[in-house]
Amino acid sequence: MRGMTSIVQTVAGLVAGMLFLYGCYITLHGHLTPGGGFAGGVIVAASFILMSLAFGSVEDSERSSYRFSSFFESLGGLLFLGVGLVGYFAGYAFLNNLWAMVGRPLHLVSGGIIPLANIAIGLKVGAGLWAIFLALGASQYVMKEGP
Amino acid sequence: MTEIYVVLIAMLAAAVVAIEVKDLLAAAVAMGMVGFSVAIAFILVQAPDLAIVQIVVEILTVVFFAAVILRTTHTDTTVGKRLKQELVFPAVVYGGFALLFMVLACRVFSELPAFGEPVMRVARDYIAIGLQQTGAANLVAAVILDFRAYDTLGEVVVLFTAVVGVLTVVRRLGRKADKKPEEK
Repeated sequence: MRGMTSIVQTVAGLVAGMLFLYGCYITLHGHLTPGGGFAGGVIVAASFILMSLAFGSVEDSERSSYRFSSFFESLGGLLFLGVGLVGYFAGYAFLNNLWAMVGRPLHLVSGGIIPLANIAIGLKVGAGLWAIFLALGASQYVMKEGP
Repeated sequence: MTEIYVVLIAMLAAAVVAIEVKDLLAAAVAMGMVGFSVAIAFILVQAPDLAIVQIVVEILTVVFFAAVILRTTHTDTTVGKRLKQELVFPAVVYGGFALLFMVLACRVFSELPAFGEPVMRVARDYIAIGLQQTGAANLVAAVILDFRAYDTLGEVVVLFTAVVGVLTVVRRLGRKADKKPEEK
């Protein structure tokens, strides 16, 4: 993919970091304020897509970010299952919430497994969207290497 | 209430523009207007969680469409063509069915609770005990990740399947295009 003009590149470089942080904020505060894993993950993916559209990309970086995104996509899914298993091994049902053990309600560390599950979903959605964008937008580079 | 009607009328107008306009980029922008109007409607009925997701997904969709249109073609070749002779009968049948559906739906919709006054059987309990039972201040997060966590697990599986499916389909097409020149 080719990049865009230097005006777009400068603005994208300034904005992308803030977008990334905002996505992390939305994900981490999902149990306190509106938002959550899905919205935060999409915003994080949007920051990556913005950089990719503005600066273009070369074959090597696309291949490595394709590996990176598929790794984090699988990691997010497994993390969600792992968070569910915590309740199971603590002696309750699968996906049981152990909220009473840590933190106080209405503070950042609270809500038991809810923030952890939000982080897992955020990882999964962000990396998944980024992988789909890479596959659809850059298939001529990424998909050349077969298994 | 009035604001929601204004937003709904704007959505209808933008949808008609998106279908009828000849320039595909203008159609994509009109489609984006429909999506952002949905986000405004979510804010008006006080659903900020959904509004955030809708805005972000809509931005990404419009960017995808614009990127594709800028690299391919601007003109929509199907707009403005006359209706073909053999399509008149199906159009009449579908129109009649839609009319029948609307007449029947009128009776069903009159039975529903009025707008803004929902029947709160399950939700009342969730609102009452949500914070005590889960420790999460955001009730939406409490519902989707605690009371209804199995639904979210299914959603995660669906998303995983979708990503794997897209990557598989795109990869296979790419491989065939690579191999064909070698075989010939």
